[in-house]
Amino acid sequence: MIRLEPRTDPSRLMVALTPILAVLATMIVGGMLFVALGKNPFEAIRMIFWDPILGEFAFYYRGQILIKAAPLIMIALGLSFGFRAGIWNIGAEGQFIMGAVIGGATGLALYPLDSFIVFPLMIVMGAFGGFIWAMVPAFLKIKFNANEILVSLMMVYVAINFLSGMVTGVLRNPEGFNFPESRSFQQFPAANNAELWAGTGIHWGVLVTLGLVVAAYVMLTRHIFGFNIRLAGQAPRAAKFAGVSPNKMIAICLGLSGALAGMAGLFEVTGPAGKLSTTFPVGYGFTAIIVAFLGRLHPIGILLAGLLLAVTYVGGDIIQSKLSLPKASIQVFQGMLLFFLLAVDVLVNFRIRLTKRGSA
Amino acid sequence: MTLITLNGLTKAYPGVIANDDVSFDIDKGEVHALLGENGAGKSTLVKMIYGLVKPDSGQMTFNGEIFAPAEPRAARIAGVAMVFQHFSLFEALNVAENIALGMENPPKPNVLSEQIRNVSTKYGLTLDPDRLVGDLSVGERQRVEIIRCLLQDPKLLIMDEPTSVLTPQEVDVLFTTLRRLRDEGTSILYISHKLEEIKALCERATILRHGKVVGTCVPKDETAKSMAEMMVGAKLKTPKKSATKFGAPLLVVENMSQKSIDPFGTSLKNITFNLRAGEVMGVAGVAGNGQDELMLALSGETLTDAESVKLEGAFMGQSGPVERRLRGLLTAPEERLGHAAAPDMSLTENTLLSGFQRQKLGRRGFVNKAGAAAFAQKIIEEFDVRTPSVRNTAKSLSGGNLQKFVVGREVLQNPTVFIVNQPTWGVDAAAAASIRQALLELASGGAGVLVISQDLDELMEISDTFAVLSEGNMSTPRPAKGVTVEEIGLMMGGTKV
Repeated sequence: MIRLEPRTDPSRLMVALTPILAVLATMIVGGMLFVALGKNPFEAIRMIFWDPILGEFAFYYRGQILIKAAPLIMIALGLSFGFRAGIWNIGAEGQFIMGAVIGGATGLALYPLDSFIVFPLMIVMGAFGGFIWAMVPAFLKIKFNANEILVSLMMVYVAINFLSGMVTGVLRNPEGFNFPESRSFQQFPAANNAELWAGTGIHWGVLVTLGLVVAAYVMLTRHIFGFNIRLAGQAPRAAKFAGVSPNKMIAICLGLSGALAGMAGLFEVTGPAGKLSTTFPVGYGFTAIIVAFLGRLHPIGILLAGLLLAVTYVGGDIIQSKLSLPKASIQVFQGMLLFFLLAVDVLVNFRIRLTKRGSA
Repeated sequence: MTLITLNGLTKAYPGVIANDDVSFDIDKGEVHALLGENGAGKSTLVKMIYGLVKPDSGQMTFNGEIFAPAEPRAARIAGVAMVFQHFSLFEALNVAENIALGMENPPKPNVLSEQIRNVSTKYGLTLDPDRLVGDLSVGERQRVEIIRCLLQDPKLLIMDEPTSVLTPQEVDVLFTTLRRLRDEGTSILYISHKLEEIKALCERATILRHGKVVGTCVPKDETAKSMAEMMVGAKLKTPKKSATKFGAPLLVVENMSQKSIDPFGTSLKNITFNLRAGEVMGVAGVAGNGQDELMLALSGETLTDAESVKLEGAFMGQSGPVERRLRGLLTAPEERLGHAAAPDMSLTENTLLSGFQRQKLGRRGFVNKAGAAAFAQKIIEEFDVRTPSVRNTAKSLSGGNLQKFVVGREVLQNPTVFIVNQPTWGVDAAAAASIRQALLELASGGAGVLVISQDLDELMEISDTFAVLSEGNMSTPRPAKGVTVEEIGLMMGGTKV
């Protein structure tokens, strides 16, 4: 029988090295995957990790990396607080969509008003949309002890259908030849989250994300709120002793992660995506879970992990076009990253013992 | 006739020598006591005899043969049985099923039930094999463990702190059983902190300190104090309280009822008492009679009717722990690791649990780390907490040291009312004395102190008034002077004797 035995004193070095080992293991096994698909693994790995940062067209890809990293980091920051406290919001994708729909709808309702108030109002409403969506699992958890993992996940599919109902219904572009999409925010200057400096990929969402990384870092390390989050995750009974209400914790953690996911959705729909459509959800809310864990639930780690995952997104686009590999291959690649991270984590914290059956 | 001989047993763990050249022997039909403070190496030694730990050097002989059990099963086959301090029983199964689970080749259920009945009548341990363990009192659960051992017909029975959970009457029954076993030739290795019991029961005692044998004695010829001093290696002071008159009621609890959330928990029923300034009130009771529930309801971790808890005139039943702390009601729960302190956090961080608001260890929610570290430093200095630094994690401290830290953290915040559950549970004699002294000083300073404990000697030593918690009911508090241990035992109820 195989038994896992906790290590009394896991090596600090190994704990720190875990994300790097996970990336290396992913490269190796991912390389084997590319061999199986009949491609040169070294070329594929180079295209995923090297070309977006330092390759020939990196000047374009670097902007793309920031565009893709910003929502991942913003969502993952919100999730990390809940994950630390043992509250599992798996439905950030749904909150991301609802932020885009509610915030976007607010802007569209004001079309074509040309006022500086439009965009800030949309941001607030976007955050509110995600917040409300996350409060559904929070309410059910507090009231009926319903599992927030299941409820928040199911709410994703409700959100996807709500989005398609909206873009084929009241939010459809009246001048859009019946395509299932809204008006373009790029042609609505007051609501457009355009690049602030052409070619850099930096939009308002990127700047807000950077600010949030700093804020989250300060909260987590200096503020009693961050302390209570850690306490609730490590020793729930001690947290109750300290006066932390578990129900308040559930509401705050889910609400906060929902609001950040919703805000990320709003920045995405008004900027890079440009409009609400049925193809708007691309899985940022799910990938952000990987980002949160790869970043060790720490704001700085999440910043780096978000950039890394964004690189694999851009690299994934490159191998799709240059090596004509399927889109799913890069998703497998990203999934492997989380798998290996968790696997290395287990091996760092436990040792494997083989024992004969029956002995105590 | 010697049954087991230990010769030069040594076991070292990284950074500490748990047992250093330990030698003694136990005769056939002898009740032998093993004494020592926490961390003296008693449990490591017992684990070596029971085959859970292998000695680094030294050897044992059992019945004249070399004895080196590789695992508990080997020890059991040789005739060693052990009753652990913490039971391993399944509450949802009945007595016979629980016993069958611990046996190598259990007989058929009806045969086993018959055997259990025989053994329980023979040794005077009343126990119905068909009852659910979840419905049994703690004393009865211990009988399940003992009968499980007796069915193996052991030559050596090891008992680790068997009486800490029993009423005085239950202790008497247990001792009758143990004496009968002894008369039949079974040897017993008996570990306990309760020196009076050891005087009553044991023929010889071996005393461990820092992993070494520092002495042997015949308990009958010693006093409890002299044995305690041998364990500690220093003179002991008895805590004293300066006589005070009680002041105004600080904490008034009236008709406090609370249904337990835990299906095997105890609901509180109409708890009513006054705690006055300068008063130490002791609440006795066997574990599982509502102590945890009472503690949670008083600390504010569970809420009750607003008017059921009145603190200096203000209704607090619906206020959480933070509000109660700010008004001066501080608590120290029984479970040190995981409830009173967060195991993986440093001592500095652990001051924030109860000190953040009351000690003002922050501004606008931002933690003042230097202030918290200074407070932690003050606790470890004034309460003699032995730790390399305030940056060490709570779980790195020994039980007694962590308990001193937890009690110190609350006492140094000058509570108006201080409520503590099992203040000296598993704490060695010297640390226990200093904790009790701190509680008495607190009361002398005009605070009200409520001590929930299962240690009757402790309660008799420090309480002014005395009440008993039984199945969620609390008796009317009465002056502690003149109450005899027998009376308290009857008040505590528990197992029918």
